[in-house]
Amino acid sequence: MTQKTTHQKAWLLVTPVVVLVAFNALIPLMTVVNYSFQETFGNNIFFWEGTHWFEEVLHSDRFAASLVRQIVFTTIILLIEIPFGVAIALSMPRKGPWVSVCLVMMALPLLIPWNVVGAMWNIFALPDIGLLGKTLNSLGFDYDYTQQPFSAWFTVILMDVWHWTSLVVLLSYAGLSSIPEAYYQAAKIDGASPWAIIRYIELPKMKRVLIIAFLLRFMDSFMIYTEPFVLTGGGPGNATTFLSIDLVKVALGQFDLGPAAAMSLIYFLIILLTCWLFYTLTMKDEAQ
Amino acid sequence: MTLEFKQVEKRVGAETHIYPTDLKLEDGGFNILLGTTLSGKTTMLHLMAGLDRPTSGEVWFNGKNVTRAPVQARNVSMVHQQFINYPNFNVFENIASPLRIQRTPAVEIDKRVAEVAELLNLTPLLKRGPSELSGGQQQRTALARALVKDSDLVLLDEPLANLDYKLREELRDQLPKLFENRGCTVVYATSEPNEALLLGGHTATLHEGQVTQFGETAKIYRRPKDLRSAKVFADPPMNTAPVAKQGDTFVLNDTVSWTAGEQQRGLGDSAYTVGIRPHHITPAARGAGAVPIVGEVLITEFSGSESIIHFRVEGRTWVSQAQGIHPFEIGTQAEFFLDSANCIYFGPDNELVSA
Amino acid sequence: MSKISLRQLKHSYLSNPSRDEDWALKSMDIEWSDGGAYALLGPSGCGKTTLLNIISGLLVPSSGRILFDDEDVTDTPPEQRNIAQVFQFPVVYDTMTVYDNLAFPLRNRGIADSDIGPRVSEIAHMLDLENTLQSKAAGLTADAKQKISLGRGLIRSDVNAILFDEPLTVIDPHLKWVLRSKLKEIHRRVGSTMIYVTHDQTEAMTFADQVVVMHEGTVVQIGTPIDLFEKPHHTFVGHFIGSPGMNVLPCNFVNGGPRFAGHPIETAGTARPAAGYSRLEFGVRPEFVSFCADGIPVEIEKVKDAGRYRIVDTRNGDVRIQLLVPEGASVASGSAHIQFDPAHTQIYADGWIVSEPAP
Repeated sequence: MTQKTTHQKAWLLVTPVVVLVAFNALIPLMTVVNYSFQETFGNNIFFWEGTHWFEEVLHSDRFAASLVRQIVFTTIILLIEIPFGVAIALSMPRKGPWVSVCLVMMALPLLIPWNVVGAMWNIFALPDIGLLGKTLNSLGFDYDYTQQPFSAWFTVILMDVWHWTSLVVLLSYAGLSSIPEAYYQAAKIDGASPWAIIRYIELPKMKRVLIIAFLLRFMDSFMIYTEPFVLTGGGPGNATTFLSIDLVKVALGQFDLGPAAAMSLIYFLIILLTCWLFYTLTMKDEAQ
Repeated sequence: MTLEFKQVEKRVGAETHIYPTDLKLEDGGFNILLGTTLSGKTTMLHLMAGLDRPTSGEVWFNGKNVTRAPVQARNVSMVHQQFINYPNFNVFENIASPLRIQRTPAVEIDKRVAEVAELLNLTPLLKRGPSELSGGQQQRTALARALVKDSDLVLLDEPLANLDYKLREELRDQLPKLFENRGCTVVYATSEPNEALLLGGHTATLHEGQVTQFGETAKIYRRPKDLRSAKVFADPPMNTAPVAKQGDTFVLNDTVSWTAGEQQRGLGDSAYTVGIRPHHITPAARGAGAVPIVGEVLITEFSGSESIIHFRVEGRTWVSQAQGIHPFEIGTQAEFFLDSANCIYFGPDNELVSA
Repeated sequence: MSKISLRQLKHSYLSNPSRDEDWALKSMDIEWSDGGAYALLGPSGCGKTTLLNIISGLLVPSSGRILFDDEDVTDTPPEQRNIAQVFQFPVVYDTMTVYDNLAFPLRNRGIADSDIGPRVSEIAHMLDLENTLQSKAAGLTADAKQKISLGRGLIRSDVNAILFDEPLTVIDPHLKWVLRSKLKEIHRRVGSTMIYVTHDQTEAMTFADQVVVMHEGTVVQIGTPIDLFEKPHHTFVGHFIGSPGMNVLPCNFVNGGPRFAGHPIETAGTARPAAGYSRLEFGVRPEFVSFCADGIPVEIEKVKDAGRYRIVDTRNGDVRIQLLVPEGASVASGSAHIQFDPAHTQIYADGWIVSEPAP
């Protein structure tokens, strides 16, 4: 029974935000749209290209390869971080002095700037002097993320899991804390097993926050740039060149503004569409 | 201080929350909105406060059209079912908060807070924080905040629903007195018919977004305009059954019939619905108009001073509520008496025809 | 099913209770016989929920024992006690259908599906849930959800007792009524021990055969609804039970008989308090006060119409006296005289009833 009230004056108050959003998002976006349909050689001279750049990008093997890498990466980290995050949240204490200790520990990775995370793991994983790299090699694994694609992928994924699982944990923990004690008491009385409690009480009650966690992690990982750029620079070869790294190479490395603009728009539309589909599908039950 | 709804309607999407309503509240009086959950009580209060704007129609206050006036411009107070106080203010600061917003001088604030606190027995608690108060004390603080402001309109949304039974009784007793002679119009929403009766004043019965009747509380209780109002204003529920009028007699079934009273003589021979409140059906004959009816006893409940007996006659369940203890063997046939002098009758369109 | 006994049970939420008020439950001994309908009645904070949680095993008492029949279950966890509980706010498994909700406790105990089906239909029939068996429990109304919670308790054949923790809190008044008599009917049909916690005297009195009235961690009186109404052992019970509650009025003894404002009071017996009390009162319910031509003079202050009766507030000096007048009877205004029904007038010393000497 929540209803919103309409006030004419309210528009006045919202105006600054509208202007801000316009400068922030709409105008740059329109510039990108503008570039994507034209060719320029500088001097503010433009030639109409129609959908040429879009066709070029969609047919390019290079874009397809980055996109596939991106999808594989995002899928892997979602498959690891969501269940892992939920599992950690479930095993955290609900009350007592350890709660705040756990929460602070969990929040730590989130507080580190992204390029610092990249730099940290760059050193941490070096095969000759890094703790991780050296340990792995001394255990008999042939590990060198600067040379081997598999090692590079392993490192990038491990870094992302380290950096972002905490977010899933914190969100899930908030969801868990809001479950009234009576549910657990009822389940105990009904003789439910610990697994049944997770399956029929905790997971259903966490559904909403998990959807948010999933969306946040999907969007962020799909747009990942700084950490792999600092860690591997997209290499070895193009092994860890994800979409945004590729995009920067096209736009600023080669200064192909038209194709870069078209690529950005396609990129943006993929994210938008996926989020919308996911949200609509998962929320269908709620509406009923 | 009159509040008037002129054809006020509230729709949200395809759903109608309030059907077009005309309602003129009693001048500076105690008004009650009585209805079940989701009948639209809270929406009505929001429309009155200006927290919600009607989809169509006008809200008039003191002869002024305030339909488009925001809440801040209306001088209203509201008390909710949940105990809402500023958590980091003590009781004094909580009560003083509306005055601070109005920039009342400090001396005046001290004086008025002290007055209201005294009225609500909060004086010894003024220094405490809301978390150190019991539910009843928290709600009294919220009430004090509504009172201190001298609002033109005070809206109370089931303020006693979350309180213990005895506390509820106590505050219910105090409430009408608190607002007496203050000149403000009070609207009190409740889902409990007994609460409405004891508060007195005027009552509007709400049924699925429609105000079915408005008038003096006791009158509405005794002369509901239609079956809907009768059902809203009944706890325990009113017994209803189809009857046929044949000449001077109302016939319920082959064995139960009674002579029509003075007021019903004029009614034509037809089918009617009879409504009898449970306390007008008793295990012992009372007065001249007592009509015996035999049924199978289903359940008996004893609430201290009264017995409540459910019995079945030809597939229809009847409820009798009587003073004292009446032991009945469950499953046996027993004789009850309808007080035909206190029956009310509804026509085929469920409108009241005689009470 | 079994008898439940509480032996010198005490509980405190503090680790080192020292003062009297540190105890949420002060020492109590109660026996609940098998198959009874009991109510625990008291205002919030009186310890009734604490006691309920001790019975269900969600809380271990600080001292004392709790026995089911002759087995000591004080340290037994809730899932091994075979207790069912219905909470204040409906607890259902949202993702399951009503059928699965009802079947859940049986499935957890490894009962075969072929045995579950008939049992679920039986319970659903009893609770009028047949038509919703295949719907998701999440979308149902509060009263249906509360019935499901109850159903999950009823469905087990091994249940020692069903506990209710203010189960009608979120139910609309007109449905409260239906659900209340449903509970009563089910108790009669199933015959298991039921313990119902509430602050609402009407719910307690209509449901229970025996009502336990609690106040500040102690049991003030255990009795049938009629006992509690007609002969409250403590003025608290008199005040708490009945709406409006009992009139508790000051009196003193003159020439061996109680007097109020100079008028002699007649009581059922020839009660005499032992010496040493600090406060002497008598109690009479508003139901048993009536107007008369010649009695105690009062001023009529207010008449409230409660539908089937009217509540009249009167005053003698500083003392407020309430009386009930049936619907239709006339009430004078201004001054009047009242009398008390001797059979329903009791004397209280320091709050506790002064019992009559044996005849």
